[in-house]
Order: sequence, then C-alpha cells, then structure tokens
Amino acid sequence: MKHLIIGAGPSGVIAAETLRKLQPEASVTIVGDEPEPPYSRMALPYLLIGKIGEEGTYLRKDAGHFDGLRIDVRRDRVTGVDTAARKVQLAGGGALPYDRLLIATGSRPVSPPIPGMDLSGIYPCWTLADARHIARGAVPGAKVVLMGAGFIGCIILEALAKRGVDLTVVEMADRMVPRMMDNIAGNLIKKWCEAKGVHVHTSAKVVAIEPGTGGRQFAVRLDSGTVLAADLIISATGVRSNVEFLQGSDIRIDHGILIDRQMRTSNPDVYAAGDVAQGLDFSTGEYSVQAIQPTAADHGQLAARNMAGRREAIHRGSVNMNVLDTLGLISSSFGLWMGAKDGDSAELCDPGRYRYLNLQFEDDVLVGATSLGLTEHVGVLRGLIQTRTRLRGWKERLQEDPTRVMEAYLGSTQAVGFNAGLI
Amino acid sequence: MLRALKLEPERCTGCLQCEMACSFENEQLFNPSKSRIKVFNFHDDGRFAPYTCTQCAEAWCLHSCPVEAIVINARTGAKEVLEDICVGCKVCTIACPFGTVNYNHDTGKVQKCDLCGGQPACAEACPTGAITYVDIDQTGLDRMRAHAQRSLGASA
Repeated sequence: MKHLIIGAGPSGVIAAETLRKLQPEASVTIVGDEPEPPYSRMALPYLLIGKIGEEGTYLRKDAGHFDGLRIDVRRDRVTGVDTAARKVQLAGGGALPYDRLLIATGSRPVSPPIPGMDLSGIYPCWTLADARHIARGAVPGAKVVLMGAGFIGCIILEALAKRGVDLTVVEMADRMVPRMMDNIAGNLIKKWCEAKGVHVHTSAKVVAIEPGTGGRQFAVRLDSGTVLAADLIISATGVRSNVEFLQGSDIRIDHGILIDRQMRTSNPDVYAAGDVAQGLDFSTGEYSVQAIQPTAADHGQLAARNMAGRREAIHRGSVNMNVLDTLGLISSSFGLWMGAKDGDSAELCDPGRYRYLNLQFEDDVLVGATSLGLTEHVGVLRGLIQTRTRLRGWKERLQEDPTRVMEAYLGSTQAVGFNAGLI
Repeated sequence: MLRALKLEPERCTGCLQCEMACSFENEQLFNPSKSRIKVFNFHDDGRFAPYTCTQCAEAWCLHSCPVEAIVINARTGAKEVLEDICVGCKVCTIACPFGTVNYNHDTGKVQKCDLCGGQPACAEACPTGAITYVDIDQTGLDRMRAHAQRSLGASA
C-alpha cells in the first residue's frame, strides 16, 4: 500500500505517523514545498520574540524522527493530481504514484486588492522565510503597520510589540478579532492594546500604499484620509485554502475541499485534512473550513485511520475554538460563541479589570462561550460543549455566576452530590 | 502496573492541603493558585471535589500541541509538559475537555499534573484518603472516561 501525503504541516505529519502505526509495512511519503523540516506556523510569533530558535518551531524535535519511522519527507511541489492514473505531478519533474492520497496542503495568506501591495517590503507572517524578513525589519523604534487584526494579526501583534516597534494596527471590522470575539470582548482587547501603546484603527480600510517620504519606506493611506508612515508593513488579512493545483480534477471544491465524515473527497482514493478541508463543524452541523490547529490534528488522525481501512473512524465534527494572547490579555472562544437561534446566555462583564465571560446555551446545554482575562480551566468549556452535557439545575447557577463552569461540569458528570447517590 | 490518582469527593473536607502540597512540590511556593490539583467547592451542598488531570488515554493536550511539548512518561503514564519546548501558545488549554491544563503567567508556559514522577504530593498530603494513588483499575477512571467517551471519543 502506497500512502502519499501532500503537505508537511501538522495534519500531514500526524496522518503519516498514524498510518505508520496502523500499517507497519505500508509506504508513507510526505511532499512539502518548504525547505525546512516540518514546522509549526503557530510557533512563528514565539520565534519573533526570541523565546525559541527556528528549531523550536519544528513539529518533531528529533532530527531522525521521520527516517526512524520510515516516513519519506520530500521537498517538492505538487502541480496536479491525475486521479484516474492515481499519481501526482511534481514541479521538480516526474510523478509519484499512490494508492491512497491525502491532501493536507493547508492555506496561504491572501493579498488584498489594494494599490501598492506589490511594493517590496510588505510581508505576510506565514512562513519561516517571512518571519526572517520581519525579524530584520521589526527593530526597536521602527514604524510598523499591521494590516488585519484577526487571529493571525493579533498573535503577530504581540510579537511585534515585544520587539519594541512603534505599532499601528488597521482592521476593517468594528472591533479586534471579529471572527473570534464578540463586540464587548473585541473592543476590550482594542482598549487593552491602546493602553499598552499600540495604535489601533478599527472600521478602517487601507486604500493605498505609496512610497514614503522623510526617510520612511511607505505611506499607508486609510479611507478616513489618515496617512500612516511606515518602515515595515505586515499583511494579515486572511487566508485561503491551497486548492488551485486540483483544477480540472474530479475533486469537488467549495471554500475548501469537500470531505465526508470519513475525510474522503469526491474521489474514493483521495482524502483531505486540515486547513484545506471543508469538514464537519460540531456546532453548526455544516461543513466549513475551520483552519485551526486542533481541527488539523483531529482531521489528520481520522483521515489516516480511514486510509488504513478503519472505516469505523467517523468524524463527529470539530468544535471551532481559538485562544489568543494579546499583550498579556488572554481570550478564547468556543463553538457557537455568537449564540444559537432561540438560545439564551449568561454573562459576566467587568471591563475595568478586563474580565469577561459569556456562555451561550441551547435549552440546558452549553453550545458556545467567549472568555477574556480568565485562563483557569477554560478547556472545560470545550468539554461541556462537545459532550452536550445536560446542565439541569447548573444552568441556573451559571446564569448567576458564569465562572462556576468547572463546578457545573463536575456536578453534572462526576461522583459529586446527586451523582454519588449521596443526595 | 500503572497507577493513577483516585479521587473520592465524598471523603474530601476541603482542607486544601493537596493544593498546598502540589504548589510546594512543583513551584516551591505555598500558593494554591499555582496548584495543578484543585478542590472545587459546592457550598450549597456542603461538599467538595478535588480534581486534576486523569492522564486520559485520548491525550487531547498532547495531540493538539503544535511543537511536541507534551509527552507520555512511559514509566508513570503521565502526560508531561516539557517546559523547555513549550512556547506558551495555550492551544492545549482549550483542547483539554476536562479543563486541567492551565497557563502559568509567571513562566509563560502551561502546566498540568505529572503525577510528581510517581510520588504524587497531593495524595501524600491528603489526610482523609480523598486522594490516593492506586493501581489504575481501582480508580473508577473507566467510569469517568466513559462519560467523556460518549461524545468526545469518536472525533479522534
């Protein structure tokens, strides 16, 4: 059996390791198009602040890890897939045959259609190569404009601020991290960042980037008419699944590659996982591209089990969730954090102390949550959502004090009180 | 034989000696907020529940870590955080459905129960036998995990 995996990110690597475990005799090959060993993009901000070196971003720390598992990691780029002949074409020439193919090609930053985006010195923060460029330009006192305050923008924001640059953030939405934080939390994060000396423009658009004057490299023009001087521009305006190489194939694509609950694409020998896959969302029951680390890990493992013939490995859906540290203010959101139709909620809001917790219920089941400034036991929010635990009387207590989520979980599931048969 | 922490809320009096012992063992501080085991207070019922990582087989934290900073100690079965490798991204803190991996602001890393390498200080400190370190098949963990399994299990 020949397993071929396109993409050397977390999904591809976990799939390869799982395949090796399940099928010791099979051939397992990963094709990745970056020069470094498989690494984590999530770790790049920590590289930028010097918390780790480049090797600290590597997904596997042992240099002999892949060889030891007889996983062949090749550097090349796949330019096309011939599903009839079951082979992929490589940019470096030649083709690789497969019996089962996993597409884990991830996503890449989109470049917004703004005049001047083609000027040199504007970088995304997506690859190790990008991080090296940014590290050179983001020196103390440099004027840096960060376009986009989404999740990726915000994790870079922290790294940039710690490097001592004079930082300005421009975000189109009316708050920071709009796809992860509600209005209250997103604006508290903005206020926090401003208090830490970061200039934040929300509901603002960059309309043009022009060569700068007075020794500055760029002049960044906003729709309000404001012009920002910049030495370095970082673009974090969203990502898109890498699917272009599949054009003309029989693999169906919507926002990402459409997969079923066994991670299979419209072609029975081809699977997809991670940021490129449009998989089942636990909360909505719909298929969407989540583009988050835990989902990439789940997808990779499930895809591998199915590729190895374990048909019982059915995807129950991934809970969309994220955690973010913005200059020391930690926030997270889970599932239907924006609320369910006909649902109700519980809320604690202490803006003076930058604390916020919002719980969303459907009947007596937790379906979503947003937290800010609270880091203890936040994982239990995921647990309660994904187990669909009936909270019964605990819902009312949570509406009085939403911080008691851990007690609600223990009281609903463990040998405490009623469950122990003591009451 | 692997051993595990057996937690019996019905024996807990809420004295918090486990939290002090854990904090001192791991952080050299008597500071319950640094403890990896927590006693939850059900004051309406006059009851307490000690709770910490069950070293679950699914190891959500380990699988979600982007940099391989959480590993299994083959001798104790504990899932341990390698502090040198952890970058502090906190993904494990949202992935753990039991809420037992937490971020430590002082170190900039995450922390969780590591069974103290096979001699859990909390169990030694507990005066009422609410926390004991016993053969894994005596812990009732299967029952606790079965609950988690019902909905979480098949997604990984």
